[in-house]
Amino acid sequence: MIDFLTDPQAITDFLSTSLRLSIPIIFAAVGGVIAERSGVFNISLEGCIIGGAFGAALGAYLLGTPAAGVLLGVFVALMAGLLLAGLAVGLSINQLVAGIAINILMLGLTSYLARLILGDDATSTLPGFEPIAIPGLSAIPIIGPVFFEQDVLTYLMYLLVPLSWWVIYKTPWGLNLRAIGDYPVAADSAGISVPTVRVFAVLVSCAMAGLGGCYLVLSQVFVFTEHMSAGKGFIALAALILGRWNPIGALLACLFFGFSDALQLRLQFNSPDVPYQLFSMVPFVASFLALVFLSGKVRPPKAIGIRYERGGK
Amino acid sequence: MLAVIRYAYALRTVWAVLLALLVGSGLILVAGVSPLAAYGELFKGAFFDYWGLAGTLVKTSPILLAGLAVILPLRAGLLNIGAEGQIYMGALFSAMAALLLPQMHPAIHVPVCILAGALGGGLWGLIPGYLKAYHGINEVILTLLLNFIAINIVSYVAGGPMLQAGAPYPYSEQISQDLWLPWIMPSTDTHAGVIVGVVLAVILFLMMRYSTVGYALDTIGKNATAARYAGIPVKPYVVGVMFAAGAIGGLAGTFEVLGLKYRLYHHFSPGYGFDGIVVAFLATVNPLLAPLAAFFLAGLKAGALVMQRAVGLESTVIEAIQGLVIIFAAASLGLKYDAQKWAARLMRRRKRLDAELGDTFQARTREDDR
Repeated sequence: MIDFLTDPQAITDFLSTSLRLSIPIIFAAVGGVIAERSGVFNISLEGCIIGGAFGAALGAYLLGTPAAGVLLGVFVALMAGLLLAGLAVGLSINQLVAGIAINILMLGLTSYLARLILGDDATSTLPGFEPIAIPGLSAIPIIGPVFFEQDVLTYLMYLLVPLSWWVIYKTPWGLNLRAIGDYPVAADSAGISVPTVRVFAVLVSCAMAGLGGCYLVLSQVFVFTEHMSAGKGFIALAALILGRWNPIGALLACLFFGFSDALQLRLQFNSPDVPYQLFSMVPFVASFLALVFLSGKVRPPKAIGIRYERGGK
Repeated sequence: MLAVIRYAYALRTVWAVLLALLVGSGLILVAGVSPLAAYGELFKGAFFDYWGLAGTLVKTSPILLAGLAVILPLRAGLLNIGAEGQIYMGALFSAMAALLLPQMHPAIHVPVCILAGALGGGLWGLIPGYLKAYHGINEVILTLLLNFIAINIVSYVAGGPMLQAGAPYPYSEQISQDLWLPWIMPSTDTHAGVIVGVVLAVILFLMMRYSTVGYALDTIGKNATAARYAGIPVKPYVVGVMFAAGAIGGLAGTFEVLGLKYRLYHHFSPGYGFDGIVVAFLATVNPLLAPLAAFFLAGLKAGALVMQRAVGLESTVIEAIQGLVIIFAAASLGLKYDAQKWAARLMRRRKRLDAELGDTFQARTREDDR
């Protein structure tokens, strides 16, 4: 089961797989942190991932470059975000119902349009991103190739995660965001527009999840398949809980989940006797236990899921 | 006039569904198929054909029960998005009771299997209920996580300890034919689960409308602090209502095993638990409307394949339309009926009319409204 650990090349391969499996969830989870910090439960991360994946495939297919794929992928995810913002913030509809509706819509719409537009070409390989080795850093033994021989979207992730952390904790905008997520009444009386910040947070959140979908198509498998998001949006939700609604924490949780996912895949192939389901369960059990046993430390934003209406009308 | 507007509001979910179907016809047109033909085949296949209707009722059973599992705690302000997990645990427990318990008379064994399924789902609702009531942990997050844990547990059990020897796919041994639920439509798969669902819906409606339990739940849902000051034991109620909801969800899974599949399969539910949330909102959280909402939703799913065969339209379009239905229905619930606003609006209109037509008209219309 762990015999491969004696071979440095095998370790590199294994860690590399772990990282690649975790990247789509990292994008989605950090996006989720931003929305949930503003008090909006973004359960539609799943729909944003599949939307991003579909847009990426479509852009790459029609225009022949992965960059166009990223643009269209983010655009489709933004449309889903706009819908969530309109329903959950604009019309004050239950955020979870809106999110679930968007998930169902996006999963169905992308499957339908993919059959319609891509048709028989759906299985042909799309242009994607090639790994770029960063000179110097990629030469570090074992971990060098893991972290520094990746594609553009991975490097973008390296940039976006600390940036999100910095924005949330070190800028006035981040302070507004956190205030609104915990106590919107106070934020409102301080003159911050609750709906504006929430809409913006939802859009950023969905765009990031969309990038996760782009990564799936343009850096990982180079084709679009129906329902290829396969629950990654929900794993991302689990990751942000384990990561205590902090981008860096979410990143670490996702890396841990990617690691256990890689282990699970390896077990399915190498040791069919070990029940791989136990490892598929890891993200959810870990987040569950974190909620139960670290309660007090693992605390969601106070106003999460609660619609905000000004009083005194 | 106000009365008409009030009725229009009461039916807003229906308008929303029609609007969603209209927008969906745009999607159908893109494929070069006539929306009328597609919808015609869809609804004919789902509701106006013996076999189609049977297929719809088979799907109505789990969707309706899951819907009730969401509606009940929602009355107390708790969002149970864990019906999916409760379905899986119900199926697991009932399959275990059916396959692992010693031989018994079916008259005892069947109720034991059903109770075991309800217990399995109930436990899966009890856990988040307890953690919510006594530790204040968000039930939405807990029930969401428990879904995936349950799915993996069933996947493990069906593919490991209970796997039928030589099965090509993770499933358990078949349960004894003595334990199968009765059919309600001859020579179809339609089992009695849907009847249990409708009966439960009526019971829940009566309970919520006329019993102190229902009143207590509504009070907790509207204002938990006020409920506590009124002497309602809020915490035990939260635990109890989540257990009951889980048990109903568990029944959905139980009937899938005892009524339809006769085995424990892994991944057997295509998201019925999430459909339950949709049902709850389509039915405006009213248990009496839940059977209608579930029947409609099941019909969309069952009719999709008929439609695909008949007019060559990809059945995936129905998934998209289903999403549209939920979005429009949810949006329509955001529109609250505000009698005062409408009265004021009508009054302004009337004043403009009065200026043109004179006072006689004003007197008459006023009487009309009474």
